[in-house]
Amino acid sequence: MGIRFILMVNKQGQTRLAQYYEWLTLEERRALEGEIVRKCLARNEQQCSFVEHRNYKIVYRRYASLFFLVGVDNDENELAILEFIHLLVETMDRHFGNVCELDIMFHLEKAHFMLEEMVMNGSIVETSKANILTPIQLMDKSS
Amino acid sequence: MSGPSLMDSLFQRTLEDLIKGLRQQLIGEQAFISKALEEIRKEIKSTDLSTKSTALLKLSYLSSLHFHDMSFATFHALEVLSSPRFSHKRIAYHAISISFHDSTPVLLLITNHLRKDLSSTNEFEVSLSLQCLSRIANVDLARDLTPEIFTLLSSNKLYVRKKAVAVVLRVFEKYPESVRVCFKRLVENLENSDPQVLSAVVGVFCELASKDPISYLPLAPEFYKILVDSKNNWVLIKVLKIFAKLAPLEPRLAKRVVEPICDHMRRTGAKSLVFECVRTVVTSLIENDSAVRLAVGKVREFLVDEDPNLKYLGLQALSIVAPKHLWAVSENKEFVIKSLSDADPNIKIESLRLVMALVSEHNVAEISRVLVNYALKSDPDFCNEILGSILSTCSRNVYEIIVDFDWYVSLLGEMSRIPHCQKGEEIENQLIDIGMRVKDVRPELVCVSRDLLIDPALLGNSFLHRLLSAAAWVSGEYVEYSRNPLELMEALLQPRTSLLPPSITAIYIQSAFKVLVFCLLTYLMQRGSTASSMFPDNLPSAVSASVSYESFDDLSVENVVDATDTHGPTCTSASITNESIVNLLNLVELALGPLLGSHDVEIQERARNVLGFVDLTKLDLLNSSVQEENDSERKGAEASKTIELMHGAFSKELGPVSSSAQGKICLPDGLMLKENLGDLEMICGDIDQPSSNSFSFGSPYEEKGGVSFSNLQIKENSRQSNESTSLLAEHRKRHGLYYLPSGKSEMISNDYPPANDPMLLGNINDNADDLVKLTEESLTPKRKPNHAKPRPVVVKLDEVDEKPESKEDSLSGAVHDVLFGSEDIVPTSSQSNLSDMPSSKRKGKEKQHTDSHVESKENLVDHGNPSSRRRKHHSHGKERRHRSPRKKNAEERKDNGQKLKEKSSHRHGMHKSGQRAEEPFNFSVQTPVIPDFLL
Repeated sequence: MGIRFILMVNKQGQTRLAQYYEWLTLEERRALEGEIVRKCLARNEQQCSFVEHRNYKIVYRRYASLFFLVGVDNDENELAILEFIHLLVETMDRHFGNVCELDIMFHLEKAHFMLEEMVMNGSIVETSKANILTPIQLMDKSS
Repeated sequence: MSGPSLMDSLFQRTLEDLIKGLRQQLIGEQAFISKALEEIRKEIKSTDLSTKSTALLKLSYLSSLHFHDMSFATFHALEVLSSPRFSHKRIAYHAISISFHDSTPVLLLITNHLRKDLSSTNEFEVSLSLQCLSRIANVDLARDLTPEIFTLLSSNKLYVRKKAVAVVLRVFEKYPESVRVCFKRLVENLENSDPQVLSAVVGVFCELASKDPISYLPLAPEFYKILVDSKNNWVLIKVLKIFAKLAPLEPRLAKRVVEPICDHMRRTGAKSLVFECVRTVVTSLIENDSAVRLAVGKVREFLVDEDPNLKYLGLQALSIVAPKHLWAVSENKEFVIKSLSDADPNIKIESLRLVMALVSEHNVAEISRVLVNYALKSDPDFCNEILGSILSTCSRNVYEIIVDFDWYVSLLGEMSRIPHCQKGEEIENQLIDIGMRVKDVRPELVCVSRDLLIDPALLGNSFLHRLLSAAAWVSGEYVEYSRNPLELMEALLQPRTSLLPPSITAIYIQSAFKVLVFCLLTYLMQRGSTASSMFPDNLPSAVSASVSYESFDDLSVENVVDATDTHGPTCTSASITNESIVNLLNLVELALGPLLGSHDVEIQERARNVLGFVDLTKLDLLNSSVQEENDSERKGAEASKTIELMHGAFSKELGPVSSSAQGKICLPDGLMLKENLGDLEMICGDIDQPSSNSFSFGSPYEEKGGVSFSNLQIKENSRQSNESTSLLAEHRKRHGLYYLPSGKSEMISNDYPPANDPMLLGNINDNADDLVKLTEESLTPKRKPNHAKPRPVVVKLDEVDEKPESKEDSLSGAVHDVLFGSEDIVPTSSQSNLSDMPSSKRKGKEKQHTDSHVESKENLVDHGNPSSRRRKHHSHGKERRHRSPRKKNAEERKDNGQKLKEKSSHRHGMHKSGQRAEEPFNFSVQTPVIPDFLL
C-alpha cells in the first residue's frame, strides 16, 4: 500500500494532522502516534531521517516547528518520500503563503483536501502543484 | 423544539471557535473537550443541516486529533451526506472516511449515496465519492459499485479518471471478480499518454505486482516503454519497483532492462531515482556484474556524502548486496567501520549489520575481539546491540563459523563481564547448548563458569542471573573437569547467592549437590586406593574409580576416564583430604541450613535433599575415618554405596533435544490424552496457568523411550524479602570465614571499567580510527591454510523444516484469466504443477541429509581415543535416532516435498517455462505472450 499514514506533529508532540490509509482503532492510533513521536522527536539534525518502527519505516522531516512524518512500507523509496514531504510543504506554502503551524490548525480541512489530491489509497497520484491546487481554488471561489 | 434548535444554530460555535477556545481554555483540555462534545451531541441531532454539518466537522476534528470516539455519529454523517450542498457533502465524506470501517453497521446504507455521486456531473462530487470509496470500500460496496467505476475508468475528465484508476486497487482487493470487468480498461490507461493518469496507473500496478508479480509479466512491454520514455521521476521509480519484482522471474527480461536502468543511473541527477536504480540492481539484477559494479560505485558516492540520509541508505544498499557480492562491502569497509561511531544510532546499527556480514570462519575471532572492545566503550543500547549480533552470528546454524570453541566460550565469559551486558539470557542458552553439543570444550567451559561463579560482583547484576544459572549448571554437570571442586563448592554456596531469584538458587543447590557427590566419590576412591594399596602410585583418583566401578555404570566411568586422559594431571589436582571433606560437609550444612525455611518450595526441597544426603553419609564417613580397619570396611562401604548410587544418577550425559522431539514419541496404547485433558480443562477452565519459561533437557538415551527429563526450571519471579534472608544476613555476620577471600574480589572488581566512562565524545573518533586500523588486516578475508586444531564435533539434530502452505490467491487467478483471455487452458497457479515434477529436489535433500549424517558419524568414530566402547554406543544411539524418525517421516516429507514443489512452481513457473520449453502441456499459453516483447 506504499504510504500507510501521514502525520504532522509539532515540537511539543501534539498531532496537528493525521491521515491514515488503513483502518486503525482510536487506541491503536493513540499508541502509534505516541511511540512514533517519542522516537522521532528525540533525534537531532545530524541524524538521518529514517526510523524503523515495528514492521515499517517512518520517513520524517522537520520544517520550523512542525514535523512531517510519513509511515511507509519497507520497500518504499525513502528519498522519494522526503521529496513528497517537500512537495507537500511547497504546495501548502503556495496556497497559504508562508505556511505555518497555525495555518494548518485552522484550515485542517484544506490540508486534508490537498493530501487527498496527492495521495489516494496509499500511493502518490498527483505531483503537480497546479493540479493539486486548482480544485481548491475553484471551491474557494464558489463558496 | 424549533426554538432551542434555532438558538443552537445562531449561537453555535464554529470549528474555528472550538480551536481558539481549545488554545485559550483555562479549565484544562480534557474538561474543555468534554464540554464541547456535549454541545456537539446536542447539535448533531438538529434538523438544520448546516448546524448538523458544523457539529460533524467539529467532531471529526476532535476524533482525528484528540482521539475521541465518533462512532455514535455514523448515521448523522449519512444524513449530512444527503444534503444537496457541496460544502456539506465534503464534511460528511471526510467524517465518513475517518470513522467508517468494515464493521460499521450503517455501511450498506451508503451505497446509493455513493452511486448517485459517482454518476454526478460535478466532477468534484465524483472525486469526493471516489476518495471516500478508496478508504471504506468493503466487499459489498466494491461489488455493487463496480459498474460505475468501470464507466469512470474511461471518463474524459482526467481529474476523475485518475481517481477512478486509484480506487481500482481497493476494489480489486476487496472484490477480485471486478478484475474481469475493469482490467482491460486499466491496461488501456497504462498506454495513455497523459502524465496525470499514468502516475496513478503505474502506482496501481506497482502495488498489484508487489503481491503477485507473475501475473503481470505479460505487461512487461508496456512497462518497458514507460521506463524508456517517461521523464517523470515519480513514475520511473514505480516502474523500477515493478521491474524489480518481474526481473527475477524471467531472465530474458532482466537482460533487457539492465541497459535502460544503468542509463538512468548514470544520467539522472535525482538521488531518489539513483537510489531506486541501485536498489533494483542489487535486489533483482544481481547476476549482472557490470550493473552491480556501477551500482556499488553509486553506493560509494552515497557513503562519502555528508548527508546522513544518503549514508544510511548507502549502508542499507550494501547490506542487500553483501550476501552475493561480499567484495562490495570489503571495498567500502573503511566507511562501514567508521560509521560504527556515527552520531546516529540507526547508522551505527546498519554498519554493525554489515560488519557482521563480513564475519567468516577465518576472521570471526579478530572481528569479535575488536567489537567486544568497542562495546566496552559505547553506550548501553549499542553495546547490547553489538553483543546481540555477535551472539547471533556466532551461533548461526549450530555454531557453523566457530572452529575454536575454547576461544568462543571464553569470549562468552568475557562478554558477560561487560558492565552494560543485558544478554544474560542468550549467553545462558549458548553456554548450556555448547556444553551439551561440544564435548571437547567442556573443560574450558567449566573453567569459564568457575570464573563467573566465583566473582561476587556479578551476583549484583540482575541481568546476569540467568547467565549465572547456566554457569552453575555447567559446573555441576561437568564437575569432573574442574580443577578444584572444593573451590567451586564455596562459590556455589557463597553468601551473596541470596541475591539470586529462587528459581536460580534452586539450580545452585542442585549443582552444589552434584559437586558434593563428586568430591565425596573422589575422596572415597583416594582413600580406597591408599588403604588397599591396590594402586600403589598416586594415579588420579578417577582412574581408580573406573576400575572399582565398571560393573556399575560404564558410561559414567568412561566420562571420567576421558577427563583424566585429556587433561590428566591438571584435573582435580587439589587432593581431597580428610579435613577438607569435613570442612566441605560443614560448609554445606551451614549454607543450606537456613534455606530449609525458605518460602520457595523448590529451594526448600532441594536443600532438604542435599542435607539429607549429608546426614546419611557424614556419620559413616567420619566414623570410618577415625576408627580403624574392621568397622570402617563395613560402614565405609555403606556410605560409598550411597555415594556411588548418587553419582550414577548424575553421571548420565545430557544431550540437546530436537525441537521436534516430542512429536516423535509414539503414544502408548491405551493412553487417551484428549479425553483426560478435556476433563481437566472443564475443571480448571478459569484458572490461569502461570506462564513459566521452562527449559528441558533430555538425555538422548531416554528420549527414545518417551521419558523427557526436565532438569532446570527457570521462572522469572523475584524473591520476596522474607525472614530467611535476614536470618542469613545474621548468619553471614557470624561466619565471616565463609566469605570468599576479599582480596580476590577486589582484584576482579578493579578490572571493571566504571559504568560512566569519562572518555566519551572526545575520544570516540580516535577510537574509530583505532578500529579502522585494528580491523585493517582482520577484515581482509585471509586464508589460514591449517587450523591449529581440528574443529571439534558439534552434535546436531535433524530439524524438521516447516513448509508454509501455499495459499490460493483469488485476485491473481482473476488477473490471469483476464490477461490470458479465453485460452483453453488457464494456467492458474494450482494447475501448473500437473506434470510430474523432477524428484531431484527431494533426492538432493535426502542425499544431503545422509551425507551430513555420515560425516558426523565418521567424526565420532575416528576421533582417535581408544575408549571406544562408549563411543560406539554413542554412535549407535545416534544412528538409531536418526533412522527411526526418518522412516516415520518419510510420508510426511513426501507431502512436504509436494507442497514445496507446488509453491516453487507457483513462484517460478514462468522461469521454468523457459527451461522446459519441450514440455508442450504446461505453458503453451504464456509462451506466446512474452516473445512479443523480447524479439
